[in-house]
Amino acid sequence: MLRHGLDRNVTFWLLTGLAAFVLLPWYGIERGYLDMRWITGGWPFRGSGASGLFAGLERPWLLPHLVFLLLPLAAWGRLKSDPLFSATLLFAGAGGLIWLLLQGFAIGLNGFEWSWLEALFGPQDIRQFGMGYGALFTAAAFLFFLSSGLAARGVVNGDTFVVGSIGFVIAVVGIFIFFPIMKMFIAGLQTDDGSYSLSVFIAKFADRKIWSLACMTGGTRCGVAWNSLFLAVMVGLFSTLLGLVFALVVTRTGFRFGRFLRAMTLLPIITPPFVIGLAIILLFGLSGTVTTTIAGITGMQPTRWVYGFTGVFIAQLLAFTPIAFLVLIGVVEGVSPSMEEAAQTLRAGRWHTFRTVSLPLMRPGLANAFLLGFIESMADFGNPLVLSGNFDVLSTEIFFAIVGAQNDAGRAAVLAMVLLFFTLAAFYLQRFWLGKKSYTTLTGKGDSGHHPLLPKQLRYVLFAIAGVWTVFTLVVYFIIIYGSFVEVWGLKNNLTFNHYVRAFGLSWNEFGLHFSGAAWDSFWTTLQISAISAPLTAAIGLLTAYLLVRQSFAGKQAFEFTTMLSFAVPGTVIGVSYIVAFNVPPIELTGTGLILILSFIFRNMPVGVRAGVASMSQLDKSLDEASLTLGANSWQTFRKIILPLLRPAILAALVYSFVRAMTAISAVIFLVSARYDMATSYIIGRVENNDYGLAIAYSTVLIFVMFAAIGLFQLLVGRRQLGRRFDQSRTNWEAGG
Amino acid sequence: MKIKGNAASVEFEHVTKVYGGMVKAVDDVSFAVAAGTLVTLLGPSGCGKTTTLRMIAGLEMATAGRIVIGGRDVTKLPATDRDVSMVFQSYALFPHMSVQENVSYGLKLSGHSKDEVRERTEAGLALVGLKGYGSRSPSELSGGQQQRVAVARALVLEPEVLLFDEPLSNLDAKLRRQVREEIREIQTSLGLTVVYVTHDQEEALAVSDRIIVMNNAVIAQMGTPRQLYEAPDTAFVADFIGEANILPCVVEDVTDGRAQVRIDGMTVTLAARGVGKGPARLAVRPNRILLAPAAAKSGFTGTLRKATYVGSHWEYSVESAAGNIFAKALDGDDRLTVGGPVAIGFTAEGPVLLPQ
Ligand SMILES: Nc1ncnc2c1ncn2[C@@H]1O[C@H](COP(=O)(O)OP(=O)(O)O)[C@@H](O)[C@H]1O
Ligand SMILES: [Mg+2]
Repeated sequence: MLRHGLDRNVTFWLLTGLAAFVLLPWYGIERGYLDMRWITGGWPFRGSGASGLFAGLERPWLLPHLVFLLLPLAAWGRLKSDPLFSATLLFAGAGGLIWLLLQGFAIGLNGFEWSWLEALFGPQDIRQFGMGYGALFTAAAFLFFLSSGLAARGVVNGDTFVVGSIGFVIAVVGIFIFFPIMKMFIAGLQTDDGSYSLSVFIAKFADRKIWSLACMTGGTRCGVAWNSLFLAVMVGLFSTLLGLVFALVVTRTGFRFGRFLRAMTLLPIITPPFVIGLAIILLFGLSGTVTTTIAGITGMQPTRWVYGFTGVFIAQLLAFTPIAFLVLIGVVEGVSPSMEEAAQTLRAGRWHTFRTVSLPLMRPGLANAFLLGFIESMADFGNPLVLSGNFDVLSTEIFFAIVGAQNDAGRAAVLAMVLLFFTLAAFYLQRFWLGKKSYTTLTGKGDSGHHPLLPKQLRYVLFAIAGVWTVFTLVVYFIIIYGSFVEVWGLKNNLTFNHYVRAFGLSWNEFGLHFSGAAWDSFWTTLQISAISAPLTAAIGLLTAYLLVRQSFAGKQAFEFTTMLSFAVPGTVIGVSYIVAFNVPPIELTGTGLILILSFIFRNMPVGVRAGVASMSQLDKSLDEASLTLGANSWQTFRKIILPLLRPAILAALVYSFVRAMTAISAVIFLVSARYDMATSYIIGRVENNDYGLAIAYSTVLIFVMFAAIGLFQLLVGRRQLGRRFDQSRTNWEAGG
Repeated sequence: MKIKGNAASVEFEHVTKVYGGMVKAVDDVSFAVAAGTLVTLLGPSGCGKTTTLRMIAGLEMATAGRIVIGGRDVTKLPATDRDVSMVFQSYALFPHMSVQENVSYGLKLSGHSKDEVRERTEAGLALVGLKGYGSRSPSELSGGQQQRVAVARALVLEPEVLLFDEPLSNLDAKLRRQVREEIREIQTSLGLTVVYVTHDQEEALAVSDRIIVMNNAVIAQMGTPRQLYEAPDTAFVADFIGEANILPCVVEDVTDGRAQVRIDGMTVTLAARGVGKGPARLAVRPNRILLAPAAAKSGFTGTLRKATYVGSHWEYSVESAAGNIFAKALDGDDRLTVGGPVAIGFTAEGPVLLPQ
């Protein structure tokens, strides 16, 4: 509605921004945002607690923010439709944001960051730290001014809530996905002394360790890029084949235990990514059961044969086949039975029908499954870390470039770029090449026929393959649980609770119950960080889904593409880019719990988006419209109509992001700190110390915790929902654990 | 507590709606709906009826032109801020709320007191004959009852304009007549302004004060049901509202607004409706054509191709020099033989000249 005075929302944000600028500490506190000690640190006048206004007395470049914050007062008494109203807000919002960014980037810990500024003003003794609460809320106020201004211009039918939400999502995705990746690219261009050089970049990029083809010409090693590529192609191929076998067994052989196979697809969701690798070591490692048994029988010397390509390949195949299965079961079921029946009435035999009709119709689905396996393998960090031996792959090489003796962020950045190139290329193929070729024949109506059974011989082959693989998977999981009770695998095979006691021991001391186990610290941190990040992930995911499904605005396609992009960004890349980007002002986050939370939010956001898009597209749009014509605004409609109806999707997004946060390793391992250690990185640390017992016991506990979380979720939402929703979330893009 | 009408007029001035820069769904449309009347938007599917209705509601924004409701320019106002309610084709009842919560949804948002919300909700449910159903969930109601809840939900806000988008399309045939009569009754008793969309001409003729016939994003003709039926302006309207035979003819002379029209040798005198001398077309309803044995020597002749008994009447198909003619007669005529010649004539109120 049009009103006089100042628009209510603008007033609210004007006051919020002012309060933040005058009362909240402008700069971040060393221990992170969750630390509230600034209240006693001279707040709000001096020292680390100084607000923007008072800090501005020493650092005059902060004061212009106040001008921009007060500027909307110039719109006092003007109607929304008045061009001056929108112009004022646009100027205040955009100007404030630009100034905030400029001063943040221009002046860092050691004074001017840009040499031309120093040339202009001469060397100054000025410095500033990362931004804190004050800066955060001031920026939020500017963002809101900007979107109110745009809305008043009639953008998206003049809906302030929608424009504001779009602005918010773009801002956070920009800050937490694009900005770090950009920073990482820049780091790749940087030389040791801090200057930029293309030739150094090219030298790093053309490194023989990345691109060498020596193994083809008789040498011992190929470059990591080729290793990763080869591994990913093989894993993609074989996981697709195995997935197809399982999908055919369930749909075209009259197999009765399809539910059991479907249930097994939940396993990779709740399994931390390196656990399969650990099981492979217990089976085939130097003192592995299989290795020692064979050595005992044949008298051969046990070797480390499984470390390297073979081991990683097997582990990844075990981990990613269920995902291919999930994709392909949809595809195989999607082929309309009437097509196959039509072929049969045209005198095609079963084998001929399968070869000439069914299989070609599944082709895009097969390509999709392949690309998915490809990306998963490329991005996987946990399995190569424990199993790769001398077979270096990109994801682990990135890690060692950072943590190893080299500590070469530039090299890590270059490797990360190569990795990102591969995964983005696959992502692009999936969306634009496959996206256009839809062979879907699911017609919904009138397709009552049955899928014809496959020819007998083929059926037996399929049963055999699927059977062997299922047994293998079960053995792997059995080994994990059993192994957690074995004293020292292969050496002292007696059963013991020792590992559990060491990890999760409880004792009484003078203060009462004492969590004496070594794992408790990281366990609580993990639960806490996962529990905080899950609702935030779900919230931003669903908000984005709402914008995508229910609103139309210019640039929506690009908006969708960017929000889904983070699926294709491997965790390792996120990890590296976060430490490169958030180690220095204006945003200092390394070492805090917040950086972990943020990395989870933006790694898992597409899960929330997918879940939201899937269920929101099933909600009749006229429900929203009815609400609007009954006088609700779009925010009230979102809250009272859409959110309540999306409850199952919200729960799914919550549980899923919780579980993924618990099992994540690739980004986490770069971002943990002594204060905020996570379960997965703690376990990896144990593995590196050859403490397999504790690592496996801890992993087992994690698996059961997540199993419980999902079980709880099933009780809340009901069984049927779960399978479908997890399928939806799972079959779409995600890279690495 | 009574639900009042709050009727306001609606005016469209040269309104155009373009979707995605390409599809012109509504093209330079102007009309006025007087306060307290029921006006129907009628036309084949895809002609732009729903788009027009949604522009009144504020769910779509006009690309060009002006929309005025109750004398106020609302062109730029979104749905939330317009005093217009809509009954959706799918009813759009909120499935997570009871009937009562559905009906009171808009009332609560507009800041009425608790008591008033309750009273009005009850009055609204009583008005549509659903007293005592408040605590049910929408899924426990039949299609017809759901429809009434949707009407009650829209009515309790006492909107300036009430919109219906094909409200009968989800009901079975028997209920349709009853529901459309109920809607008309509520509209007249409360004096509401109603804009009603349908593609069914019979429904439109039965409920409307005025009908706006649309075709291909523009208005083909507006008028009362009787005007449209008796005096269609175009072949499209003539054929869309009731069936019509469109026959070529020649206007030989026009005097005092009466035209001498020759059609295959027969001459009749009709209202000229602005048509000048020269070739023209006229429209004749099938039941206003008289067939007689060829010997009758009245009118012009043709050959009877088909005679079909359909219960309530007979249908005839005749081939003539003026084209194929479709005729209906209450009683069969034994003297007519299929394949034989017939004489074709018109009843007194028979043919009308088409101005366009
Ligand atoms: N949201 C939309 N985007 C693009 N085209 C649309 C949209 N809605 C309707 N149209 C097009 O506008 C034309 C008129 O549609 P509509 O008003 O729904 O017709 P009717 O209700 O008379 O059947 C149709 O050609 C339809 O395809
Ligand atoms: Mg329509």
